[in-house]
Amino acid sequence: MVEEEGFRRYIAHIILWIGIAIVAFPVYIAFVASTQDNALIANGQMSLLPGGHFFEVYYQTIFVGTSGSTREPVGNMMLNSLVMALLIAVGKIAISIISAYAIVYFRFPFRMPIFWIIFITLMLPVEVRIYPTYKIVADLHMLDSYAGLALPLIASATATLLFRQFFMTVPDELLEASRIDGAGPLRFFWDTLLPLSRTNMAALFVILFILGWNQYLWPLLITTRDDMQTIQVGIRKMITTTDALTEWPIVMATAVLAMLPPVFVVVVMQKLFVRGLVETEK
Amino acid sequence: MQKQAIFQSRLLPYALVAPQLAIVLIFFYWPALQAVVQSFLLQDAFGLSTTFVWFENYIDLFKDAAYFEAIVRTFLFSFAIAVSSLSFALLLAVMADKPLRGSMLYRTLLIWPYAVAPPVVGVLWIFMLHPSLGVLSRYLRNMGIDWNPLLDGDQAAALIILAAAWKQISYNFLFFLAGLQAIPKSVFEAAAIDGARPMRRFWTVTFPLLSPTIFFLLVVNIVYAFFDTFGIIDTMTRGGPGTSTVTLVYKVYSDGLLGGNLGSSAAQSVILMVMVIVLTGIQFRFVERKVTY
Repeated sequence: MVEEEGFRRYIAHIILWIGIAIVAFPVYIAFVASTQDNALIANGQMSLLPGGHFFEVYYQTIFVGTSGSTREPVGNMMLNSLVMALLIAVGKIAISIISAYAIVYFRFPFRMPIFWIIFITLMLPVEVRIYPTYKIVADLHMLDSYAGLALPLIASATATLLFRQFFMTVPDELLEASRIDGAGPLRFFWDTLLPLSRTNMAALFVILFILGWNQYLWPLLITTRDDMQTIQVGIRKMITTTDALTEWPIVMATAVLAMLPPVFVVVVMQKLFVRGLVETEK
Repeated sequence: MQKQAIFQSRLLPYALVAPQLAIVLIFFYWPALQAVVQSFLLQDAFGLSTTFVWFENYIDLFKDAAYFEAIVRTFLFSFAIAVSSLSFALLLAVMADKPLRGSMLYRTLLIWPYAVAPPVVGVLWIFMLHPSLGVLSRYLRNMGIDWNPLLDGDQAAALIILAAAWKQISYNFLFFLAGLQAIPKSVFEAAAIDGARPMRRFWTVTFPLLSPTIFFLLVVNIVYAFFDTFGIIDTMTRGGPGTSTVTLVYKVYSDGLLGGNLGSSAAQSVILMVMVIVLTGIQFRFVERKVTY
């Protein structure tokens, strides 16, 4: 180990704390603003210490919403975001793990073409095909529905590739052993492969949940009804009105509420998060 | 590519790939194909008839000064976001890689912004730097800067770059830290024994050994700046003032939103697709190189 002199170590601590301060400052300001009176903020005289309106503002945000621009309780928006994020995470894992299983453990005509058809989707995010996708979802009468929110975002290959890679490392002896025990393909999948994939599934779930919760452009386009809005879309609509009418404490409370679930997941399940992040980028 | 021990079944594998195949075909291939087809068509003003116009939509785009500006702007934004975020994250990662007390705590406190959604990032920053009520704007004005990103295009661009770079710090930090920890410590020891001072050790040992990570992150950051900045731009400036913060993705969105020019919007989508494929291709080539390293 290269010895670090005390002085340099001191500098490192200082730089790291400056970094943390820069990273945390905007969020601190948002929290402070969410506990203050709107008139004070609108005058540009916001205090840098938390005010006394915490309960009042958060109550109104979650159960009532803004009185002007959206009128939709943020609690309901959070519910929509939650359903969408769960559908994306669970749906993607479910369809990917079974297709990866087929591609690795079976030999069948068109196996490689099918693999490539799925693989290519890795390249294009939904943003580049946004309007044609919108039209299809509209033709299928899925605007303003959870299915319409989630399905187009499930259409990607990251998870399939990840499971394929993982299945390739599972020793062949396991399959032979369960075959001797008389297990068929579905039994082997359920009793052996799924339990082995648990950590991978959890890591993937963490990443997909965050990505799903944070989706913006797609929900913005396909939700027209206020009660189907996700929180990311809702927060934008709150600041559409002219500045003077923006209810900043509520906007900032919404920002804090929008950050809470994914940040909580990152902090509490840090190991799984890091693992999922590194593996999905490979 | 394939296992030696496999199952025999005629229908089961098809049943297993069917759900994913169906979703991918309906929600990926069909719209992508539609975008390509539409980019060759021109719709009349009432949407009653369409004519096949070959590459006219593309030619019009490249003759359009606004589109050219959007391309240049997107690349400038990407470059500025990537460079500022990467250098700051690298500094933090090098510090956090040292054997410090509480290094796990530092990591936790630095990675959580990854989870903040782009539109929320936009809201946080516009609030802090709002011309009339932002807490930081006061200081800027006291310093004699006429700060108004809602009217000044350059300031709006700077604000977006700042916010987008802020969000990306944690991602870059995490990968830099992983990259640093993968470098064997003996290399540093050898350099130290040779008498290299810390700064020199960084530039002659750490930086070259980290170059695969840097390159990988550069590509990821550019792709991020292309797509994920949409939410930031849309909540902060809506492309304004004027068109000073309209990026390529934002232009696809706003041109198509008015419904006026679907052909042009589709052509823009196709050009974006090609750009992403090129970027991804570069990334894959790099991944291959890393394997043989």
